[in-house]
Amino acid sequence: MISIRDLSVELGEFTLRNASLDVADGEYMVILGPTGAGKTVLLESIAGLYPVKYGKVWIGGKDVTGLEPEKRRVSIVYQDQALFPHLSVKDNIIFGLKVKKTPHAEIDQALDRTVNLMGIGSILNRRPSTLSGGERQKVALARALCTEPDVLLLDEPISALDPQTREEVQYELHRMQRFLRITTMHVTHDFEEAIALGDRIAVIGDGELRQIGTPDEIFRQPNSEFVARFAMSRNIFTGMVETSPNGECLFKTGDTAFVVAGDKIGGATRAVIRPEDVLISLEPLRASARNAFCGKISRITDKGSTLFITVDLPPEITALITRHSFDEMGLQLGMQVYVTFKASSIHVF
Amino acid sequence: MTKIVFALLGLLILAFIAVPIAKMVLASDPVILLDNILDQEVAASILLTLYAAFIATLVGFILGVPLAYLLAKADFKGKQFIEGLIDLPIVIPHSAAGIALLFVFGRKYFVGNVFETIGIKFIDSLAGIVIAMLFVSVPFLIDSAKEGFKKVDIRFENVARTLGASSWQTFARISFPLAWRSIVAGCLMMWARGMSEFGAVIIIAYHPMIAPVLVYEKFETYGLNYARPIAVILILVCLIVFIGLRLLLYRGEKS
Repeated sequence: MISIRDLSVELGEFTLRNASLDVADGEYMVILGPTGAGKTVLLESIAGLYPVKYGKVWIGGKDVTGLEPEKRRVSIVYQDQALFPHLSVKDNIIFGLKVKKTPHAEIDQALDRTVNLMGIGSILNRRPSTLSGGERQKVALARALCTEPDVLLLDEPISALDPQTREEVQYELHRMQRFLRITTMHVTHDFEEAIALGDRIAVIGDGELRQIGTPDEIFRQPNSEFVARFAMSRNIFTGMVETSPNGECLFKTGDTAFVVAGDKIGGATRAVIRPEDVLISLEPLRASARNAFCGKISRITDKGSTLFITVDLPPEITALITRHSFDEMGLQLGMQVYVTFKASSIHVF
Repeated sequence: MTKIVFALLGLLILAFIAVPIAKMVLASDPVILLDNILDQEVAASILLTLYAAFIATLVGFILGVPLAYLLAKADFKGKQFIEGLIDLPIVIPHSAAGIALLFVFGRKYFVGNVFETIGIKFIDSLAGIVIAMLFVSVPFLIDSAKEGFKKVDIRFENVARTLGASSWQTFARISFPLAWRSIVAGCLMMWARGMSEFGAVIIIAYHPMIAPVLVYEKFETYGLNYARPIAVILILVCLIVFIGLRLLLYRGEKS
């Protein structure tokens, strides 16, 4: 288990301020934030590679704030893997056990176990420079796991890989972590990666932790515009909450009012709707959804198998649709369409 | 057009370096060369040169590599000053360097005295040759090793630490092996530079005679024809070392 309390780190122009975070035993915590948000600094502070200015770090109930990295039982894996170029794959993997003067028999056992787990038995005698990106990342993971650390720290472990390899390594990561149940902290700027892997996600921005929650909470109920943007909610509206004469709860933005689910009231000034929750149709839908509007298509963003369709009500609202339905409806710029979404799809904050 | 002009200018300076050396080497009679190599005095002076430069490099390695590591990896006040200080021997005239060394290692001075009590004298001795060579050539080793350590990604060291290596183990198993090529190149450069030293050595230790001093002495007493064969042998020895160095660096660049 990792506990961070009021952690502040300074590194050149960058500072991390008052970060507090708990990661439970066996939990997969993803730290999500834009490039330069200080995610790596956070990991390196936990590993003891950066001097901590203020605050405390506990690992497994023990205060490790001033402890040297080699005594923390923490392994780190970097984006570029940082495999030791002068050592073979095998010597990379057993490096940690060798420096701790582990008996040969134990080293062999640990090597076997890790190599089988990661499925890299065939490349043990190769040099890191001869490996593919995916192989390198598996070796880096094997090296990190071979010492049986209490905590695994992953710094953008799959960001540098090509899309296909990414998927494969992401799957391996997930499988490995579920199998070993090792407490893991993974930093990334990729929202989809965070959703796919994290038990919980902590969003970091400008040196501060913005929101900590399950993927669903981050996805559906961002607590700020920053988080909403990061979670790729393209529809973020500014306005205010009002109660209509017939008792409905409304979010007014400009001249348009959205019906929102009644329990989320308060002094909210922002509303978000995920593009995939917005339906587009050529005719009005006869559904239970209470928000139905008509507008003209002002923008089409082609993503290949899916497309983002922006409709000007006003305000502009963006829907995510499949290519299939795009082709079927024959959508074009300037076309008049109907936009429908449920009151419960709107999250106000 | 620019390239042609530049190539012509380059050719001139290349010829300026190559022609004197080539002419001297090619014009010498192999028989006389062999005679000289077999001459006790010449052989002894060349071996002494190689040996003294080697000892100087060894001392430079033991004292200089740790400093190079600190300069590459640590941030501290006065670092730039220290870096400037290290390069000082390259710019000051070497005879002046020899005199400066005398003021510390001479018999009348404290350090010289201390060493004399443990039986090490610097005036006209191997130890004197070594400190003269060390002084003028150690910047090459420190600078090269420093560049080597700088090229070692801090993340290699970070990973090693988290895997359980102490800072000392990390140096011995990661940083040092990864900077090894630059350190070896620096050692060779220092060795070559030490071998070719004349000015600082002649001030502190005219005897025992290293090869550059012997060349000078033969030239002074017997003239050009007697100095030349020794000079040629010296050049050949230096060339072999230098070519070895270039080959090593080339292989380093390729990998």
